[in-house]
Amino acid sequence: MSVQPLLSMRGIDKSFGVAPALIGASLDVMPGEVMALIGQNGAGKSTMIKVLNGYCGKDGGDITFDGKPWAAASPQAAQRSGVSTIFQEINLIPFRSVTENIYLGREIRNAAGFLKWRSMHEGARALLAAFAVNIDVGAPLGHFSTAIQQMVAIARAVSFNAKLVIMDESTSSLDEQEVGVLFQTIRQLKAQGVSVIFVSHKLDELYKVCDRVTVMRDGRTVAVAEMTEMTKLQLVACMLGRDLADVRKQGATAFSTAAHAAGAEILVVDHLAVGRRVSDARLSIRKGEIVGLAGLLGSGRTETARAIFGADDHQAGSIRYDGRPVRFREPREAIAAGLGFCSEDRKHEGIVPGMSVRENLTLALLPALSRSGVVDETRQRQIVDRFIKDIGIKCASPEQPIRELSGGNQQKVLLARWLCMNPKLLIFDEPTRGIDVGAKAEIQKLIRRLADDGLGVLMISSEIEEIVEGADRTFVLRDGATVAEFDRSTASEHALMSVMAHGEGA
Amino acid sequence: MNRHLSGAGVGVVLALIALVVFGAWRYDGFVSPYNILTVLRYNSMFALVGLGMCFVIMTGGIDLSVGSVAAMSSVVSAYLSPYGLVAGLVGGVGVGLIAGSLSGFIITRMKLLPFIATLAVMLAASGTALLLANNQSVSVSYDTAFMTLGQGNLLAGFKPEWIDGEDAGWAGAALGLLFNFPTPAWMALVAYVIGSVLLNALPFGRHVLAIGGGEEASRLMGLPTDRTVFLAYLISGGLAGMAGVILAAQFGAGQPIEGIGWELFAIASVVVGGTLLTGGKGSIFATLAGVLLLGLIFTILNFENGVGWISLSAYWQSVVRGAFLLVVVILQSRLARRVPA
Repeated sequence: MSVQPLLSMRGIDKSFGVAPALIGASLDVMPGEVMALIGQNGAGKSTMIKVLNGYCGKDGGDITFDGKPWAAASPQAAQRSGVSTIFQEINLIPFRSVTENIYLGREIRNAAGFLKWRSMHEGARALLAAFAVNIDVGAPLGHFSTAIQQMVAIARAVSFNAKLVIMDESTSSLDEQEVGVLFQTIRQLKAQGVSVIFVSHKLDELYKVCDRVTVMRDGRTVAVAEMTEMTKLQLVACMLGRDLADVRKQGATAFSTAAHAAGAEILVVDHLAVGRRVSDARLSIRKGEIVGLAGLLGSGRTETARAIFGADDHQAGSIRYDGRPVRFREPREAIAAGLGFCSEDRKHEGIVPGMSVRENLTLALLPALSRSGVVDETRQRQIVDRFIKDIGIKCASPEQPIRELSGGNQQKVLLARWLCMNPKLLIFDEPTRGIDVGAKAEIQKLIRRLADDGLGVLMISSEIEEIVEGADRTFVLRDGATVAEFDRSTASEHALMSVMAHGEGA
Repeated sequence: MNRHLSGAGVGVVLALIALVVFGAWRYDGFVSPYNILTVLRYNSMFALVGLGMCFVIMTGGIDLSVGSVAAMSSVVSAYLSPYGLVAGLVGGVGVGLIAGSLSGFIITRMKLLPFIATLAVMLAASGTALLLANNQSVSVSYDTAFMTLGQGNLLAGFKPEWIDGEDAGWAGAALGLLFNFPTPAWMALVAYVIGSVLLNALPFGRHVLAIGGGEEASRLMGLPTDRTVFLAYLISGGLAGMAGVILAAQFGAGQPIEGIGWELFAIASVVVGGTLLTGGKGSIFATLAGVLLLGLIFTILNFENGVGWISLSAYWQSVVRGAFLLVVVILQSRLARRVPA
């Protein structure tokens, strides 16, 4: 192509602390082009966007925009120079009016410096009307649906006369009709010569509106192609880092391990609907069974698990636990009934960094361990010592602060925290994320052993081989609905990815 | 419901009206011009402090230093009072501005939490006040016009004589309120009008509310967050300084140990006025209503003691204020919930 790209990012490096987020990543966008940017969680898409719009600096690499070297000092500077970003979470102010949210930072004022409210209201109304949104622009933004808020965010971004609009997961909160309106808007922008970077996990959408696609994985740009040249399966394989030839081969040699004798069903979830993310989730878990829950990011895996655990309320569907219909209002109730949840975000939802291994391990057990408010320390120590030996937690002593332990050992402490409650069902959300290879295998072995001892396990994982090799049965979520069920004999990386990409018809 | 009245402010205005009606019904002279003007004169310094606090809280912050800054300012302005009204006023407000800019600097540049930063400034200002005053009150000069800042009536010099006459009638009473309107109350009134313009008609106010409603979002929108937050603390400090000037002028002396608990009174007024303690939502005039509401409780207790049925100690006013705070806030959250989302 002889046309110069509007945006060219080359060899971008960026680290947060010691962890590299981008390693020589690149991204090119042509004028008037809609570029899809996809990748798994942690692939570096968001960092790439933040480097571009000046939210954070880069450690290395070159960016050219509109023929000139580009170094935005802040999102605002980027916006003034023609790059507008609509962030993943709607970054507007719910308390303030729609008009204010559109005009904050560049208010219309008269000669004396006073706000011209009427002009701003009219401007906001006209701007939104172009997107077929007719609302009371004087009302607080928070009064409107997420979709409307999203449209307001887009209207704001577009009204900066942007040459490049970045939409980070803009459709995740929109329903089908609203997505249609958004795509109309994108096509309108394209017709005006505006370029769009479109980040989304919904693969179907990409084909409807994008010209090309850039795939990122582990901080690197791993593929750039015309949208029409890549199949959905190729995209998924690329995002997950599986060679397609490998996938086919492994798909041919399916695991033929017979399902071992599992016990009675301990959890049955049917037609579960949670918020906007989950519409029709279905799964079941038997005693002594590891059930995998697979799906792309944003498919509703974590949301489903949280609803089962009572952390979020569900709007429809049924959950049967141990033969009885249940609806836990609080995790406390779920825990009392014998459920445990090892969350994905260890740092924020799991460990208390400054506390010792002993204290962290017995945190949930304290009420049972104490008599009239005094903790029975002898028993506490016995339990802690047993688990440290039993599951092989490597620590200097039970009194060592947990923050000094490796990720794998922290995970084991959290696991022990649930195990000492004698649970019947454990939910693992990405149990091996951020854990080194050796510890990973240990955790996986441990989970297997627990299941063999009769525990029901629900394992959410983005690592496809973890699901294929670890799970006795697997349910695949796609856009909030269960689209397939596999057992050991039918599960393969190819089959799973195919369902993640296409839905039914594996 | 009218947007300007919905949510914030309804509860406090209703409570204020109820309290006035109750007072008028129960006590002779409660709605007399003399009593009204006394209430306004005494509460004007709290109104100023409350206004500054309102801006700070709308950004999502808190200013614990206002009371001791006012005490420090009262001492400084008392020392400067021999040099005239202007010297005392400028000195007192200036001291407040310095304290406010110090808080603002610590919060925006050194990235300390407002609670900690203003706690430090509070302690420092309190100590400075005691040091400057040698641990005693500092007499104000009686030779200059300084005292009129607390005790005078701004328009008294222009008052036509017939107004105080026997047959002045309603017009006379109304004009009497105007000409006898206390100077400190004028200062507070003007401050509130300017504050309201600042909040509603200038970008600054919108930025204050935006930052309180979402600091990260505001930053991403490119708002000058640091400058806006800094200005909010500067305003709060300046107004606390002005309150200190009025304090010295009203009591005839700089008071190094006054101002204890003012910050809590101010926070209570702001919260009673429906401003969210977490920021992002607030009303200037509802804050004024909050100040008057909490101030009137003191007056009512005085009147109640005057009636002589029961004798309530002044300590009860805190208890009653606390109760009112709860009732109004609960009332307000219930009202706000009824507004369709």
